[in-house]
Amino acid sequence: MAKNVKPRVKVPKSAAAGETITVKTMISHKMESGQRKDSDGNKIPRSIINRFTCDFNGQNVIDVTLEPAISTNPYLQFDAVVPEAGEFKFTWYDDDGSVYDTSKKIAIG
Amino acid sequence: MTMRTLLAISISALVGSLAWAGEDSSLVIDGEVIKIRATAPAHVDALDEVYSGWVFRTDETQALQMDDFENPAFVFVDQAIDMFSKVEGTEGKSCASCHDDVAEFAGLRPTMPRVVDGEVVTMEDMVNGCRTKRMGAEPWKWSSGSMTAMTALIGLQSRGMEINVKIDGDAAEHWEAGKELYYTRVGQLDMSCANCHEDNYGNMIRADHLSQGQINGFPTYRLKNTKLNSIHGRFKGCMKNIRATPYKEGGEEFKALELYLASRGNGLSVETPSARN
Amino acid sequence: MTLSRRDFVIGAGCGVAFASMTSLPAYASLVEDSIAAFTGGADVVSGDIVLDAPEIAENGNTVPIEVSAPGAASIMLLATGNPVPAVATFNFGPLSGSRSGNTRIRLIKTQEVMAIAKMEDGSFRSAQTTVKVTIGGCGG
Repeated sequence: MAKNVKPRVKVPKSAAAGETITVKTMISHKMESGQRKDSDGNKIPRSIINRFTCDFNGQNVIDVTLEPAISTNPYLQFDAVVPEAGEFKFTWYDDDGSVYDTSKKIAIG
Repeated sequence: MTMRTLLAISISALVGSLAWAGEDSSLVIDGEVIKIRATAPAHVDALDEVYSGWVFRTDETQALQMDDFENPAFVFVDQAIDMFSKVEGTEGKSCASCHDDVAEFAGLRPTMPRVVDGEVVTMEDMVNGCRTKRMGAEPWKWSSGSMTAMTALIGLQSRGMEINVKIDGDAAEHWEAGKELYYTRVGQLDMSCANCHEDNYGNMIRADHLSQGQINGFPTYRLKNTKLNSIHGRFKGCMKNIRATPYKEGGEEFKALELYLASRGNGLSVETPSARN
Repeated sequence: MTLSRRDFVIGAGCGVAFASMTSLPAYASLVEDSIAAFTGGADVVSGDIVLDAPEIAENGNTVPIEVSAPGAASIMLLATGNPVPAVATFNFGPLSGSRSGNTRIRLIKTQEVMAIAKMEDGSFRSAQTTVKVTIGGCGG
C-alpha cells in the first residue's frame, strides 16, 4: 500500500433527473514514473495508479487507464449523467495491487 | 474548462506581457476576497506597490488556486485535518485535545513570525513546541510533509486576512538583521534577494517570470516538486540557485529573513496554501 | 480575459491518412506502435475532436489537458516527445455525460500532444497541439 494515499472527490449535492453534472476527482499519490534514478544511479521502479473507474448505481460512467505521464496527485475531471438519485463509487487501482475507493451520494431535486 | 467567472479581475500579466492588474483587483476564492496587491509598507523604500506571487504566474497556474478543489495543496490540508485529531506522544494527546477546532487559529498566520522572549518564533516552532512539550511527541522536521501540511492547515484559517507583522520593539533587531541579509550579495553568482525580487520583479529570468518574492502564500504547492514547500525550504532553494551555501532551516538567519520578508508583504492577504510554478 | 490556452480544433473533412506527421518526434516508432495498438491499423482522420492545452507550460511536471470528442467511445492521449508516449485512455461508459476528460500530465520537453478518439461507429479521429515546456531560471 503506497503511503498517505487519500482520495478527494467533488460531486454536486443534487441534480435534476437526467442532468449532466461535472465530477472532479483527485488522489494523493506519488505516481513514481519509473524514469527517475536514485542517488546510486539505479532506476526507481514504476509505481503508479494505473486505472480509475467511476460507477453510478452499478453502471459505469468512465474507466480511465493511467500511464506514468499522469502528474503526481492524479487529477481527473469528467461529466456524468444522473438518471436518478443514488451513489457514485470511485475506485483507483495501484500498481502494487492496492485498491482505494470512496463514494458520494447525490439526490434528485 | 476552468470556471473563470470567479476571477473578478482581468489579468493579462502572463508570460511575455507585463501589464498589471487593475485598480480594484482582487482574487476571489470560493467567495473569499484575497488581496493580491497593496500599497507597499512604508519601510520598503524601493517599492510603491506590493504584489502577491499569484500575479506573476500563467493563467493555468492562477486557475489552480482559484478553487479549493482544483488546488492540489488541499490534498495535504486534508491529511493535516486527519493529523490534527491523531493522538501522538507520551501524553496521549492529539492537537484536538487542547485545540477544539483548528478554526480557532484564525488571526495567527497574519502576525507570524513573532518575537517572544527575545527570540523569533515561527509557525513551525509553535507546532513543534506543542508536540515536544505538551504532547511528548517527536518534533517534525522543518520542511517535512507533516509539518508543511499542518502549517498549511493553520495558515488557511487566516486566508484573506491582511498580513500585519510587528517589526518594532523586541522585533526591531531581528528585523534589521533580516533586512541586511535581504540586501547582502552571496554565493558564486554574487546575488542578493533584492537583485531579483526588488530590482527585477516582472522581468523574465530565462523562462521564469520573477515575482517580488512575497511569502504571504506559504506553504505553497509548487508544480515543480508537486508538494507543499515551507518558507525556509524555499530560501534554501534560492540560495542553492545562486550557488551559495544555504543557511540552516529553522536557524537564526532564515528566521530573521522570514520576519523581514513577511513585513514586506504587510497589507497583502494571507493566501495559504497557494499554488505556484 | 486573455486565454493562453490554445483550442486546437482541426476542421472536419480532410481525410488525410495519419501515417505522415509534420515533425518526427524522437520516439516516433513508440508513438506509431501506440497508435497502431489502439486503431488496429485503421485510418485516422483529423477532426471532430478538441484538444485543449496551454501554449506554454509553466512547469512540465503538471500540464492541464482537456480533450473532448462528442460521439467517442474512448479517447487516447499521447505525448509524442516523452520517453513513453502513452499518457491515458478515457473509456466512456453508458452514464458518461459528455465524451470528454480533463487531467494533468507530465511533459519532459516541448512536444506535440496528440489525442485519438475511437468513435462509436468504429472510426478514428485525431487532433494534436504543440505545448512548449520551458526550463525555469531560478525556479528551476
